Amino acid sequence: MSMNPQGRPSRPTASGGAAVDTHSGSHGLRQATRLLFDSGAADRTGVDLPDPPKVKKRIGNLARKAPIGLPGLSEPQALRHYVRLSQKNYAIDLGLYPLGSCTMKHNPRLNEKVARMPGFIDVHPLQPQSTVQGAIELMHELGRWLSALTGMPSVALSPKAGAHGELCGMLAIRGALIARGEEKTRRRVLVPESAHGTNPATAVQCGFTVDEIGAAKDGRVDLEELTSKLGPDLAGIMLTNPNTCGLFERDIKTIADLVHESGGYFYCDGANFNAIVGRVRPGDLGVDAMHINLHKTFSTPHGGGGPGAGPTVFSEALAPFAPVPRVEKTKDGFALVEHEADVDGDPFGRLCAFHGQMGMFTRALTYMMSHGADGLKQVAEDSVLNANYVLAKLKDVMTPAFPGACMHEALFDDRFLKDTGVSTLDFAKAMIDEGYHPMTMYFPLVVHGAMLIAPTETESKKALDRFTATLRFLAEAAIAGDTDRFAAAPRLAPMRRLDETQAARNPVLRWSPSADKALEPAE
Amino acid sequence: MSVHYTKDHEWIRVDGDVGTVGISKHAAEQLGDVVFVELPDVGKSAAKGGEIAVVESVKAASEVYAPVAGEVTEVNTVLTDAPETVNADPEGDGWFYKLKIADAGELKELMDADAYAKHLESEG
Repeated sequence: MSMNPQGRPSRPTASGGAAVDTHSGSHGLRQATRLLFDSGAADRTGVDLPDPPKVKKRIGNLARKAPIGLPGLSEPQALRHYVRLSQKNYAIDLGLYPLGSCTMKHNPRLNEKVARMPGFIDVHPLQPQSTVQGAIELMHELGRWLSALTGMPSVALSPKAGAHGELCGMLAIRGALIARGEEKTRRRVLVPESAHGTNPATAVQCGFTVDEIGAAKDGRVDLEELTSKLGPDLAGIMLTNPNTCGLFERDIKTIADLVHESGGYFYCDGANFNAIVGRVRPGDLGVDAMHINLHKTFSTPHGGGGPGAGPTVFSEALAPFAPVPRVEKTKDGFALVEHEADVDGDPFGRLCAFHGQMGMFTRALTYMMSHGADGLKQVAEDSVLNANYVLAKLKDVMTPAFPGACMHEALFDDRFLKDTGVSTLDFAKAMIDEGYHPMTMYFPLVVHGAMLIAPTETESKKALDRFTATLRFLAEAAIAGDTDRFAAAPRLAPMRRLDETQAARNPVLRWSPSADKALEPAE
Repeated sequence: MSVHYTKDHEWIRVDGDVGTVGISKHAAEQLGDVVFVELPDVGKSAAKGGEIAVVESVKAASEVYAPVAGEVTEVNTVLTDAPETVNADPEGDGWFYKLKIADAGELKELMDADAYAKHLESEG
C-alpha cells in the first residue's frame, strides 16, 4: 500500500466537550449554540406576510397535506444564532493568524467600502454589457495589473480559487499539447513531494500521470533527479515558488529551461506569490502558467470569510488556449467576449457559468491601487522580514527544518520535541489556550511534525515579540517536562479535542426531532 | 498455510491456491484509526502490484496493492460497517479480500515474517 508516514496522530489524547460543565451550557457570557431546528417553532415567524391569495390548484394530489415542520424564528433568534456562531470562529480581525501557506493578512476596510459601491455590488452577470461598463473596465484593469506584476501577457479571471486556477492552467497545457498533436504521448507531469496536495490532484484530473521528484537536503527540488526524469513523454512540471518549505527555488530558471528543452510546460503554483510580488516577475523565470490567489496576496477575505479567487496568467505559448470569457478593450469601451469563435486562439473552453468573483476583483484592485507598485514591493519585503524575525527569535529553542534564511514563512520540525512526550499536535493545541491560532502543522509532508508559520506583513514587531515569547515559553515548558499543559490542551477553548475518528466513522449529518430532547430551546 | 509480506506492507496468507490478503500490523498502526475501506468487486482480476483497494484513516487515504496476480473470490464485508476491525486485528479478522492465485511462483518474491521485520527496521 502507499503509506504516508507523516501526518497528525488521529487518536485524541484528551477528548471531551466543553472545558467546564455549567448548568446552562453557556460559558461566561459566551452563549451555547443550538441548531435552528432546536430553537425554532413551527408557529413562529420573523416576518409578517399577507395571506396568499386563493389560486387555482394545479398540482392535484401532489399538494402537501401535512405541515412541513420547518422551524420558524423571530428576527432576534435568527440574528443571535449567527452572531453566536461567529463568536466561535477565529478571524484575522481578532488576532494574529499564523497559518503557513495561507497568507492570512489583514483585509483593509477600504476594500470593503469600494466593493459595496452600487455599480459593483448591485449588478447582475446577465445585465446588458452596455449597462456594466465600469465593472468590466475594473476587470480589465485588474487583468492589466496582474499581467504587469507577473510579466505574463494573458490572464483568465474566471477561476474561483487556487485549485480552480491550477485546473485552468493545466487545461491550457493540455490544450497546447492537443494543438501539437502530442496529448497522447506527453502524459507525465513532474510534481515535487513538497507540493500542495491540489497539484497532483489537478494533474490527475486533467488526465496526466504524476511523477514525484524528491527534495534535496536543502529543501529545494533535487535538480539531478529532475534531470533524470525529463523525456519525450513529459507534459510539464508543477512547481511552487517560493516552495512550501518557505524557500526560494534558486534553480528555477534552470528548471524552466530544462523542462522547455524537453518539450514540456512550466506551471507555477502562485500560492506563495506574497513573498515575491513586486520584486520578481514569474514570466521572467520561464513560467508558462500561474494562478494568483487574490484572497492571499491581494487581501480579499478568506478563512471562513471567502470566497476565493484564482485568476490565472499565461505565457505567449499558452495564451491562445486561455478560456473564455475574455475581457477585451474595444473601440466602444470594454467587452466580455463569451464565445470561443469570437476570440483569438483556441480556448480550451470555459471554467464556470459567469465571469468569476466580482466582489474579489473589486477588493483586489483596490488593494493594488492603494498600495501602488512601491507598496506592493514593500508588502513582499515586510512579509519576508517578519518571517525571518520569527525564525531568528525561535531558532535556538525550536528546530528550523532547514538552515539559513527563509522567505515569507518559517518552517520548524519536531526535533525539539523529541523524547518530551509532546507532539506537534499537542503543541498546537496548547497555543490555543494561550490565545493563538495554531500555525499550519504536519505540512509540508517532507518535514517531520512540520510547523509552518507565515506571520505576513500585517503584524507589528510588538505583536511578533509577544507571539514568539509565547512559543518560546511553550517550547521550554515541553522540554522541561510540563507535559500536562499539553496533554490536556486546549483547556480554555469552547470545545476541547474532538473525536475525529467517531465523527468520520459515524457522522450525524441529519437532524431528527427525537435527538436530544433534553435541551431546552435557547432564546 | 504460509504468510508472506510485501515491502508495501500487505500480507497474504496462502491456503492451497487461495490467498487471504490484508495490511500489516505496522501499516495499521501507522495509518491510525481506519474510518473507511473500499473493497474490490468479487471477480475482479488483480495484477501484481496493481491498486486493488483503498483504506482511509483520519490521517490519509492510501491505495492497497495486490501482492500477487489473481482473481478476487471473496471480500470481507465486515469492514464496510466496522472499519475499526482493521486496527483491532489487522492480520486476522481485519483481512480485506481473498484471491485465487494465478501464479504461485510470484509468492517467492515476497518476504516471510522475519524478513519483513528486518525490512521495517531498515525503513526506520
